[in-house]
Amino acid sequence: MIGPDDLWWVLLIKCGVLIVFLLTAFAYLTLAERKISARIQLRYGPNRVGPFGMLQPAADGLKLFFKENVAPAERDKLLYLVGPSLAGGAALLAYAVIPWGTNSWFGHEFHWDIAHINVGLLFILGVTSLGVYSLFLGGFASNSKYSLLGGLRASAQLISYEMAVSFAVIGVVILSGSLDLEKIVGSQQGLWFVVLQPLAFLLYFTAAFAETNRLPFDLPEAETELIAGYHTEYSAMRFGLYFLGEYINMVTVCSIATALFLGGWLPLLPFHPFDWIPGPIWFLGKVFVLLFVMIWVRWTLPRLRYDRLMNFGWKVLLPLGLINIVVTGAIVALRA
Amino acid sequence: MIKEIAKGLAFTLKKMGAHPITVQYPEEQKPVSPRHRGRHILHRYDNGLERCIGCELCAAACPVGCIYVLAAENDPKAPISPGERYAERYEINLMRCIYCGYCAEACPTEAITLGPRFELADYRRERTVVTKAELLESWPGFAQAQGPASPVGAGADQTGREDLDPGVRPRAAWAAQEKTLDHQTAPHPGELGVPVDVPTVIEPGAGKTT
Repeated sequence: MIGPDDLWWVLLIKCGVLIVFLLTAFAYLTLAERKISARIQLRYGPNRVGPFGMLQPAADGLKLFFKENVAPAERDKLLYLVGPSLAGGAALLAYAVIPWGTNSWFGHEFHWDIAHINVGLLFILGVTSLGVYSLFLGGFASNSKYSLLGGLRASAQLISYEMAVSFAVIGVVILSGSLDLEKIVGSQQGLWFVVLQPLAFLLYFTAAFAETNRLPFDLPEAETELIAGYHTEYSAMRFGLYFLGEYINMVTVCSIATALFLGGWLPLLPFHPFDWIPGPIWFLGKVFVLLFVMIWVRWTLPRLRYDRLMNFGWKVLLPLGLINIVVTGAIVALRA
Repeated sequence: MIKEIAKGLAFTLKKMGAHPITVQYPEEQKPVSPRHRGRHILHRYDNGLERCIGCELCAAACPVGCIYVLAAENDPKAPISPGERYAERYEINLMRCIYCGYCAEACPTEAITLGPRFELADYRRERTVVTKAELLESWPGFAQAQGPASPVGAGADQTGREDLDPGVRPRAAWAAQEKTLDHQTAPHPGELGVPVDVPTVIEPGAGKTT
């Protein structure tokens, strides 16, 4: 049966809405980051542009667009442009399969995602790994020692933590028996996977910090050592695209964590009045809570040393992930 | 490790609820110290007469030479200061001033002190040479004459710049204003019903000054 999801103009509207949402989320995440960090440090943060500084992102965006593009003369001209484009592109792409909810409208089932594919989780793992290329290519093409070091660190760190993410996710896949994100959310009816898989949730969320290059794992751009790491030689909107990529990646990893562990669009408790609030609002609310935690952690913890970061990834997160898989698998097999 | 992380997170969460200590500067201002050495003030006596007697000791004491005083004889019938002379022009180049306070120390009548004002930036270099009208303590109902900075003295080194820059001609603007306002005929404190029988410094041979 052809549902509303298959109409091309519905898809187009969905894409438009999602892109506008993500870009707005990016803009206001930067504001939230500055506001929350300011409050932690007993400051007010931006409050001059518009009421409560609400128009600050617009001012920042205008500035980024009108600044001069300063680029190193000895750069690799093509890859230098590919880097930031990929950073923005890959970040937006991953969001295509994130399920926001399902509705039944006029007898048709309606999915709140763009591409409803049955291996959504696999797709996300693949596309988020694409982000590594943007960081490494940008660092490599800049032809600067800081950029190159930042790019190298980015690729090493992201590949290492990609393992931890995958292992953390497998526990959920075992429990739900599917890679389809909508089915995974559906199988959390009644009991969220964060209760059944607390270790996996912690592992995923910890590795997510490394995946998005956020403190305490922001080694690729460690400003005390590498000026700005892979985007040292980028300015204006090219830098802005890296920035955008980082923040949209934050939204993405928090959305995945919500879908996998926090019950996606499912309400907190499965009865009135909780289920009067529509699913997408629940989903967004959970994502915002996780985003707040990410910002909060960033302004609390200091940066890890690089060798400790690697030790932590390979010697702590990875074995814990393996143990989690074995235990979960054994319990599921014994109960079957 | 988990315990320490939780402790840190709890601390920052607690601080998020605390009130910021930022002073929202243009709207809120912290009081300056009573001994703050900001922009100068030329004081008056309680009856409205100017304290400055045009002795130029401040200009002599100034280590950077940023003060220009042009003294004039007081009219005994309508004195501006209780002394024999008064400062017809009193200009300070704030760009050159180092706010050391030597002028205030040198002043025999405590006419000049350094005040609390610290917002001295301007878009025009010429306007940072403040004239007597700007420095003088205001007097109720006293119409302050807005005179131009003198072509010699404190701001003299900027005259050439103005001629080179046709867009910035404050002196020309002032000169035009001078013709219409005519600060020479601005009302004197005495004309506004202010008592003038104040103790005065009588110098030998000067005759009666009140």
